[in-house]
Amino acid sequence: MTQLPTRTEKKLGLVIDLDTCVGCHACVISCKGWNTENYGAPLSDQDPYGADPSGTFLNRVHSYEVQPEQGDAQLIHFPKSCLHCEDAPCVTVCPTGASYKRVEDGIVLVNESDCIGCGLCAWACPYGAREMDQAEGAMKKCTLCVDRIYNENLPEVDREPACVRTCPSNARHFGDLGDPNSDVSKLVAERGGMDLMPEQGTKPVNQYLPPRLKDRLAQDAEQIDILAPFLEPVATEAKGFLNWLDKTLEKL
Amino acid sequence: MTHKQPKLDLSPKVSDEIRKTTCYMCACRCGINVHMKKDPLGDLKVAYIEGNRDHPVNQGVLCAKGSAGIMQHNAPSRLSSPMKRVGKRGEGKFEHISWDEAYDIAESWLRPIRESNPEKLAFFTGRDQSQSFTSMFAQSFGTPNYAAHGGFCSVNMAAAGIYTMGGAFWEFGQPDWDHTKLFMLFGVAEDHDSNPIKMGIGKIKARGARVIGVNPIRTGYNAVADDWVGITPGTDGLFILSMIHCLMKAGKMDLNYLAQYTDAAVLINGDEKSPEYGLKLRDENGKELVIDRTTGKLTPYDQKGVKPDLAATHREAGITHRPVFHQMAEMYLDEQYAPEAVAERCGISAKRIRTLAAELARVAFEESFELAHEWTDFRGEHHTTMTGRPVSFHAMRGISAHANGFQTCRALHTLQIILGTVEVPGGFRFKPPYPKPATAHPKPHCKVTPNAPLDGPHLGFVHGPDDLALKDDGTPARIDKAFTWENPMSAHGLMHMVISNAYAGDPYKIDTLFMYMANMSWNSSMNTTGVQDMLTDTDESGEYVIPRIIYSDAYSSEMVAYADLILPDTTYLERHDCISLLDRPICEADAVADAIRWPVVEPDRNVKGFQSALCDLGARLGLPAFTNDDGSQKYADYADYIVNHERRPGVGPLAGWRMGENGLQGGRGGVNASQLDNYIANGGFYVEHIPDGANYYKPWNADYQDWAVKMGLYDSPQPYLFSLYAEPMRKFQLAAEGHGDRQPPDHLRQRIKEKMSPLPIWYETDQQGNEGFTITALTQRPMAMYHSWGSQNAWLRQLHGRNPMYMPTNLMREHDLKDGDWAEVTSPHGTITVPVMEMAALNPNTIWTWNAIGKRKGAWALDKDAPEATKGFLLNHLIHELLPPKGDGLRWANSDPITGQAAWFDLKVAIKKTAQPADAQSQPNMPPINSPVASAPDELKWKVGK
Repeated sequence: MTQLPTRTEKKLGLVIDLDTCVGCHACVISCKGWNTENYGAPLSDQDPYGADPSGTFLNRVHSYEVQPEQGDAQLIHFPKSCLHCEDAPCVTVCPTGASYKRVEDGIVLVNESDCIGCGLCAWACPYGAREMDQAEGAMKKCTLCVDRIYNENLPEVDREPACVRTCPSNARHFGDLGDPNSDVSKLVAERGGMDLMPEQGTKPVNQYLPPRLKDRLAQDAEQIDILAPFLEPVATEAKGFLNWLDKTLEKL
Repeated sequence: MTHKQPKLDLSPKVSDEIRKTTCYMCACRCGINVHMKKDPLGDLKVAYIEGNRDHPVNQGVLCAKGSAGIMQHNAPSRLSSPMKRVGKRGEGKFEHISWDEAYDIAESWLRPIRESNPEKLAFFTGRDQSQSFTSMFAQSFGTPNYAAHGGFCSVNMAAAGIYTMGGAFWEFGQPDWDHTKLFMLFGVAEDHDSNPIKMGIGKIKARGARVIGVNPIRTGYNAVADDWVGITPGTDGLFILSMIHCLMKAGKMDLNYLAQYTDAAVLINGDEKSPEYGLKLRDENGKELVIDRTTGKLTPYDQKGVKPDLAATHREAGITHRPVFHQMAEMYLDEQYAPEAVAERCGISAKRIRTLAAELARVAFEESFELAHEWTDFRGEHHTTMTGRPVSFHAMRGISAHANGFQTCRALHTLQIILGTVEVPGGFRFKPPYPKPATAHPKPHCKVTPNAPLDGPHLGFVHGPDDLALKDDGTPARIDKAFTWENPMSAHGLMHMVISNAYAGDPYKIDTLFMYMANMSWNSSMNTTGVQDMLTDTDESGEYVIPRIIYSDAYSSEMVAYADLILPDTTYLERHDCISLLDRPICEADAVADAIRWPVVEPDRNVKGFQSALCDLGARLGLPAFTNDDGSQKYADYADYIVNHERRPGVGPLAGWRMGENGLQGGRGGVNASQLDNYIANGGFYVEHIPDGANYYKPWNADYQDWAVKMGLYDSPQPYLFSLYAEPMRKFQLAAEGHGDRQPPDHLRQRIKEKMSPLPIWYETDQQGNEGFTITALTQRPMAMYHSWGSQNAWLRQLHGRNPMYMPTNLMREHDLKDGDWAEVTSPHGTITVPVMEMAALNPNTIWTWNAIGKRKGAWALDKDAPEATKGFLLNHLIHELLPPKGDGLRWANSDPITGQAAWFDLKVAIKKTAQPADAQSQPNMPPINSPVASAPDELKWKVGK
């Protein structure tokens, strides 16, 4: 079994805003594209044009319907990838040391040349964030684009994960969650960012910003009508309205 | 194991070269960086695609489709060579031929048509982004039968916008994302204006602005909306008019805006006996007349210092002429539009309608603000600030694809205008070349002369019966019956009627159907099975009823099997294109912009960009636009056209880097032989910003008007008033009332009188035949798919490979259905048997599915047992292009009676639980077509570099 580092210098991770994620899957495919061409073996696809296409993805978007006690049902889009946990059970379960957490930044990676494809880490991960590549026989997972974020061949502005760079609705943010003054930490503080499944004790680094309360206008409408004064009639019939208009125009 | 870290290369080489071009995975047209890497053989290959940060449309972001472009470019469904049909139509049996042979065949069909009767060619171009070019081919050929797919897409939205305010939603305008505080979107399918809307929503939600989604389905943008209004489909117009009722009644209108910038104060002829009854009073120069509030006198609206009076009437010769605003007050204050009167039909409580109207009023008037931009209006009045009204709207096909869609779209624009939120800070803004009034657009042309071009552009904006496309005997000049009494204002044509009309010989038979990027034997047609029959049916002599079909596509779509001659197109990374100001541009509200595509890789197949093929074919046919004076070919290929064509002196397909007196310049200018290189060096696009102070109030802003002339958008300033009152519609009503020489047929008189109201109305769509069918059935495309193209994409089809029929909880319970059960869904026209799935966030009387996931077996290089072909289905089988027969022997189109827009969303169905079909496949289950391409690989391990 593999040891975690006692501490990491940074806690790099993602902050995902469930209030603005429209469920477009841009992050999913951008990730697929970058990581097929880059880090390690390509993300393969089995039966890609057939009855049961099934490929390796490091990031997926799930959609859940929520029925509040009162009001209309809602649909929440929920992107999910490795959360780069501080107490990553996928690392400690690895029999070969292939799974590891980086000291510099806390990124959890798989060293594919040491991976024997036993799949224990995928069993250990409570989030289902690891996928065995069927062609390579090696475990694949989110690398937080470790080959982008420090890459001197990329312009500085592009040194962020592919999913963050591509997200059209700006629902994905990248930074050091170990630094309370970082933009991402401030965002988490401001918006009440949450751990995913904290009861698992994995101490995930990635954070989720909850959706804002919805359908407030409908709820307000059912209670006191604070907006009613905005629709106070000036007249109830066309003739009266035109008299009102005449008077109003004089004031203009 | 103790902790051990391998040494990583944190700065691997990303690519050998980045080539910047324009995406074509949908109509959004984002800028992309195509990373090229050398493969082991040393050839540069496409390795990775990302958004271009400098590009005005997407500013670096890219959607799932865009990032999956690499799979589209390498799809096994790509056609590889010209082909001629060797089996029966619909079988999919072809023989590969050379381009020379393909051109010979096409020429042998088209030349005799042009020499005898050019109308026998119907040339329709689907999802074409080069309409200013393809229309030039059709015009030069001389056929009146040309259009693209607007008629079955969203012409109601485009036409209503342009007739009302000289610009429209979709790519012609955008909310002022930087200032808006309330954004209300109606009927926007998830795929539309893909990245800009997502970016905008992200931006305004980060600021705490409110998003209100009006849509029967709560997915996508509506899922993140702060408030969701799950309206009953087809009643948006009624809901909007009810909010207008509330706002007018409360005096919550921008009266200054209405008086200064709209026709609200323009006087309407009140003489019931006059042939001009209901038309606008005008002076001898045709200028609309108003009463000036300062002098009390009648005056043209645009004179210096004039303050148009919304209240004053004009009495002359015993007749009182009232302004438009009087008629609006009379119409919309009526209690028929009171929230209580409409609530049940709309499926929205009266209280909620009032709350929404009140919120619009609150934000528009209580949160208004001033921007410190000085500007001068067209009357010469100087303003020290610009007033902002931070309420913005966007709408799309959900409200327009109904037979009452045009009036609904007009109603929405009326709502925007009375709130004073168009072209102001915080509101909805036009993108150049808009604003542009309907009167500044061409009118339709249809005069056919053998061996000669058509007398002008095919499509345009009619302003009365004189502009209709009718032959001398009054019959329709066009095969799709666009611009006829059946749908007078059909600005984009009616592509969905072409095959049906050609088959019926109504209004006449054609000889050759020539189509591009239009999957008419599948998801782009109503009545898919019927259309397949029309394409394959033969007459008594054994000839096909539609004798010849030429089709161009890059992929093995369902339509390929139904064509006689195939011209294989390239992928979007292998071609030249221009995203032109003459066509559907990519401008921003603050900037004029256009872009190119260029071959970032050369095709490895015997294929050719369709537009380049038209350059060859046009020259072979001797079309004037495609030949030099000596008869030689004018444009070697599309790139040659893009650079060297001039539509008007100094105005070409591309506005960037034109040759000026002092070197290269944007806007107007002469041909620059290196223009494409200039574009490539700049990342594939050109952008030039509108000066501060000219960038709002554009229709009335003297600085903007002058800038637009300088840029070549207009040839002279074109200030105008918004048309709350659509005078062209009143002209058609007058004809229906018996005025004028051009008279509608009697069976259409009543409909024209009722539906062509010059002020927006709402009416229930034609429900004849719908007895017993009470549930509305809709489709939309997912954000990660576009039309039918997504299904061939190995990555995207893993996201959306199935399309169950989503049903609301109440209907699931009522019919004892569980997820995975099967149901028969029946319309007056047909039945499909499909798997169902529950969705709670849905209007309780609406069911829906993803459009165009369902595939024909054998198409798109998919296996015959792909879920798209076994479980997937099309709603199109339930929708007829005609309304049920009325017993009068006439063919009534299932279209908007004003514009001819296909009324996809008027579909009404009944549902019934049923057993899973014996073959466990959706019904109808069509037999496979032969695939004209090789079979696909069973595994992908895509990696170009080492």
